[in-house]
Amino acid sequence: MTIVSHLSAAGDVMKIGIQGRFDFGSHHDFRETYDKTDSSIKEFHVDMAKTTYLDSSALGMLLLLRDHAGSDTVIKIINCNTDVYKIFEISNFDQMFDIIPAS
Amino acid sequence: MSESQQLKILITEDNIADCLIINKLVKDQGYRTVIAHNGLESIESYKKEKPDIILMDALMPQMDGFEAAKRIKLLVGEDFVPIIFLTSLSDDISLVSCLEAGGDDFLSKPYNSIVIAAKINAFKRMVVLHRTVQEQRDEITRRNEYLLQEQKIAKRVFDNVAHLGCLGAPNIKHLLSPMSVFNGDVLLASKKPSGGMIVFLGDFTGHGLPAAIGAMPVAEIFYGMVAKGFGVETILEEINKKLHIILPVGFFCCACIIDMDYSWQRIKLWNGGLMDVLLKDNEGQVLSYPSSHLPLGILSPDKFSSECVNSDMKVGERIYLFSDGIVDLQDKQGNEFELDGFAGFLFENKNPDEIFEHVIDQDKLSGEANAESNDDVTFVEITMVADDVIAGKHELVESSEQHGARDWVMSFEMFDHTIRDFNPIPLMLHVTMEVPELRAFNNDVCMILSELITNGVDHGILGLDSNLKITANGFQEYYNLRNARLNQLSGESLHISLRHKPNKFGGVLIIRVVDTGSGFDVRKLNVGFPEMSQLSGRGIPLLRTLCESVVYEGSGNTVEAVFRWKNTQDDT
Repeated sequence: MTIVSHLSAAGDVMKIGIQGRFDFGSHHDFRETYDKTDSSIKEFHVDMAKTTYLDSSALGMLLLLRDHAGSDTVIKIINCNTDVYKIFEISNFDQMFDIIPAS
Repeated sequence: MSESQQLKILITEDNIADCLIINKLVKDQGYRTVIAHNGLESIESYKKEKPDIILMDALMPQMDGFEAAKRIKLLVGEDFVPIIFLTSLSDDISLVSCLEAGGDDFLSKPYNSIVIAAKINAFKRMVVLHRTVQEQRDEITRRNEYLLQEQKIAKRVFDNVAHLGCLGAPNIKHLLSPMSVFNGDVLLASKKPSGGMIVFLGDFTGHGLPAAIGAMPVAEIFYGMVAKGFGVETILEEINKKLHIILPVGFFCCACIIDMDYSWQRIKLWNGGLMDVLLKDNEGQVLSYPSSHLPLGILSPDKFSSECVNSDMKVGERIYLFSDGIVDLQDKQGNEFELDGFAGFLFENKNPDEIFEHVIDQDKLSGEANAESNDDVTFVEITMVADDVIAGKHELVESSEQHGARDWVMSFEMFDHTIRDFNPIPLMLHVTMEVPELRAFNNDVCMILSELITNGVDHGILGLDSNLKITANGFQEYYNLRNARLNQLSGESLHISLRHKPNKFGGVLIIRVVDTGSGFDVRKLNVGFPEMSQLSGRGIPLLRTLCESVVYEGSGNTVEAVFRWKNTQDDT
């Protein structure tokens, strides 16, 4: 599991890429990526292109990000493969996040 | 042991001169020494002195160093006692023999004090490290045992709270395989006071203590509210509200609740975050009810939706619920036991009695292959059964309580908004339960109240035709029409009055319900209603079974039911 983050040149979009398993073991690293950010960020993009596994604690971590970002900030979960998309569908997380399948 | 003086070194050497030299060299380093002159003595010294490091000559009379090293290594068990061979041999074969005998290193003759000091120091560090690791391991084992013991006790408390209900009912089969002592899953089932049953399956994020702590209030709310006659929507709203308050952000409970209505052969279902619920009907079709809500505990009460799906379910039909762990199960071919696969399996399997057992077998197989299951797995099968409402048993209530309300009248009137939004039954039952012995008849009273109030609202005020409910489509139409009309109420009211009078054998409860609807032809109803169909006419015959009398008056918008109860203890 590796988590990489990248801030856009304008400083308003943060991209968080999750490689490998996204589970309880990612808790610390995932939190660290956004913990020091402030309200200047208008969008978070969580990139699932290289995510191989997702469990319910990962959903919980996304809720923590949602809580940190506040309701005015857009959170997009991008590049979801079929399996990952299915998990978001079952949990109805599309009500809280923009879930975008891999093109 | 950390002090070099305390390190004890066993020197085994048959040559007296060599022995004196090495003994001096080692002592000069500040270590204690013990001397043995052959293999046998070395073994005896080891047993008696328990040295930390052994220096062993290879070639000795009586027993050589190779044999002695082998035997000592057997004696040390899981401790680490390095054996360093003292040897003038330098050919590879001899050195390999030293290693094979359990030797850890060599010292070549002639001896060099610097090399000896370096080797002893290196092994001393290893011995210390080995002991530290062992001590920590033992400490962890002790703590783990203590923790497991605590969890076992806590689990008994948890089980007493969570398994109060009717999970043992013959129409429920379930499989719970806990990952640790506690399972992130909670399965609750309780009979409704008005007949039928409500089943709740929840899967908390995480396992163990955090999940079990969340499950406690869920179980309390569920059993408390079902017993008081609340509907599934209200129960869900209450559980969601509680979990939203107590769970930290990021923790939630995927859940499904099913209200089994035996008398109408209907189910009401809410699925938030669990796998598709599957229903196999008597024609062999498989219907799925996917999750249509966020899990419990995420949304604040104002955003939460308890909207349920209504569906037909005939006697003998089975419904299947899963926690998400089931997808990790593997079938015999080693394929992922995906839900699609299970739906296909359900579809193909002709004998419904075998389905549950098949899944259990799969679980055992995967359990053997992979002892550490990744998630909790809960699998539940519920079968629709025929109406069992009449079979309700009356549990005895201690009649020593001479207190309590016995002789009273209560009157309650609801208007438009309250008719639409409020379920008066829990309130009514709360009052009737103030009559101590009447508590044993809680189910009967709840059923009578439900029937009278539903009839008053649905048929009296809303003017709905119960014949609509005969077909599946009709049922949906009935509900849609009901909701639409409830939203348009204007100037309507429903008046409920309860009167209780005690007598020598028990008491009489008179329930009177008056609605502002236009009524119907009472004569037609009171002469018995042979024209009513089996399905839609159950309510009133049921009332007649339970009550001494049920009489419609006026234009049919007033009904009075008399429920006479006897204290069962007086009969025996």
